[in-house]
Amino acid sequence: MTLLQSVFDALLGFALLWLAWQALASPDLFKGIVLFIAFGLLMALAWVRLDAPDIALAEAAIGAGLTGALLLAALARLDKSSWRGFGRTPVRPPEGNNRDVIHPSKRDTKSAHEKTRKPKPITENGKGQAAFCGLLVVSLSALAAGLGYAVLTLPSQAPGLSDSVAASLEASGVSNPVTAVLLNFRGYDTLLELGVLLLALFGVWSFGVVPERRESSPGPVLDRLSRLLIPWLILVAGYLLWVGAHAPGGAFQAGSVLAAAGVLWLLTGWRLDTRFSGWPLRIILVAGLGVFVVVAVVLILMGGRLLEYPPSFAAALILLIEAAATLSIGITLAALFLGSRPETGPQR
Amino acid sequence: MMPADYLSVVLLIAGGIFFLAGTLGLLRFPDVYTRLHALTKADNVGLGLIVAGLALHAESWTVVGKLLLIWLLVLLAGASVAHLVAAAARQRGIKAWKR
Amino acid sequence: MNPAFLYALVGVGLFTLGLYALIVHAHLLRKILAINVMASGVFLVLVALATRTQGAAPDPVPHAMVITGIVVAVSATALALALMLRVRAETGRAELAEEPLE
Repeated sequence: MTLLQSVFDALLGFALLWLAWQALASPDLFKGIVLFIAFGLLMALAWVRLDAPDIALAEAAIGAGLTGALLLAALARLDKSSWRGFGRTPVRPPEGNNRDVIHPSKRDTKSAHEKTRKPKPITENGKGQAAFCGLLVVSLSALAAGLGYAVLTLPSQAPGLSDSVAASLEASGVSNPVTAVLLNFRGYDTLLELGVLLLALFGVWSFGVVPERRESSPGPVLDRLSRLLIPWLILVAGYLLWVGAHAPGGAFQAGSVLAAAGVLWLLTGWRLDTRFSGWPLRIILVAGLGVFVVVAVVLILMGGRLLEYPPSFAAALILLIEAAATLSIGITLAALFLGSRPETGPQR
Repeated sequence: MMPADYLSVVLLIAGGIFFLAGTLGLLRFPDVYTRLHALTKADNVGLGLIVAGLALHAESWTVVGKLLLIWLLVLLAGASVAHLVAAAARQRGIKAWKR
Repeated sequence: MNPAFLYALVGVGLFTLGLYALIVHAHLLRKILAINVMASGVFLVLVALATRTQGAAPDPVPHAMVITGIVVAVSATALALALMLRVRAETGRAELAEEPLE
């Protein structure tokens, strides 16, 4: 059985490296993104093999799902002509300034070159280019060798902090050690992370209103699918939030499932009513961070240290923070997918 | 091993074969429509067989229920997405493959 | 070999691959993809090393950090994509302007 597992591990590792290479070197950006999504799904498998089901859930929902949706939406907004879709015969419209797409008239002469899928370096000059590439490959190989050596010389036994976590798990209010670390022992990480998420959204909004893609009508299938799936997704988000206290799951996984529901809804052409896109939306966006900060301040005023929960309230406080965080994470990620600040005003 | 274990192994291997066939179709078939046809049909059956194999090992009926729910949701999503991809391909004017 | 070290080495490989693609490709979307691959490599090293003690439960602290990292990575990706679209809108190209090499 162990031999079978080793073979699987080796295959998975090889597939990860190969997919990453294909995703980065593929001349077609659309294909590259699809391969990157497949790469994310294989990463989720790797997390399961490494005994990290919490991360596997987060990776499958965020790393593969949401990042893929963000990348595809950005590609669609970039330029329709810089990708060729999924047809059988590649049709490449000319585009002068996009070096990743090969001009059709040069296709035949360059086809041999294209088959090797050699990435085109930044430097133009032939000799300088070869020297630059050689130097780059040599120095990166040295970097990889050094990092690999550093990894392999680490002691093969290291419990790390797992003993300390196990010792204090009783007082943390939850029995899933990852949730205990995220929301209790290192709660300040999560607090700041919610801040980062919010800042990213402010950044995206501050670029002004990106011209909105014209949505074609969703059609009966997508419409029906979203009507069926969205209630399930909301239910699953609530389940993941609840189960996170004692099993893999938690606010991030629940939030990303909620965001998936939001993305699906946005894809059917639905937009938030302008009555709600002012204050109500903003209150939900900051709810996670706000509740977290209020809890932290109240605990300090009560004489504790930053985010030091009294063991008798810990479970309730964690659930409160997680519920607010789930809502904020879900809505923020969906808003990041939309990519522009929703219009505000009394009536559309 | 119990008889249920043998049955579960047979179901899991059969599911794997269906997945393999679907993937082979995805790689070898000539155009987007035939590929979709291979992928959705074979993978839906393959996943059903794997869910059945795992359900024999489940500790409780709740787990069986969750597994069945996963299969039903994947059936729903798979069928709808296959339709959407095919519709998008047709809208883009991709012709169906002819011998 | 302990499978944890195999995955850690794959992580090192992903990081290096991503760095190579980040330097070599001019298109900003490819650079964003490359940074995501690099991040996956770093996460893989962290989690693989957390689980290297065989027969014991893995260390939950790196797990929590990686979950945090995945969410930070997706928000950074969203911001980077918005920046890319803005660069495209301003200059008409999804690449950074090249400085002539001395």
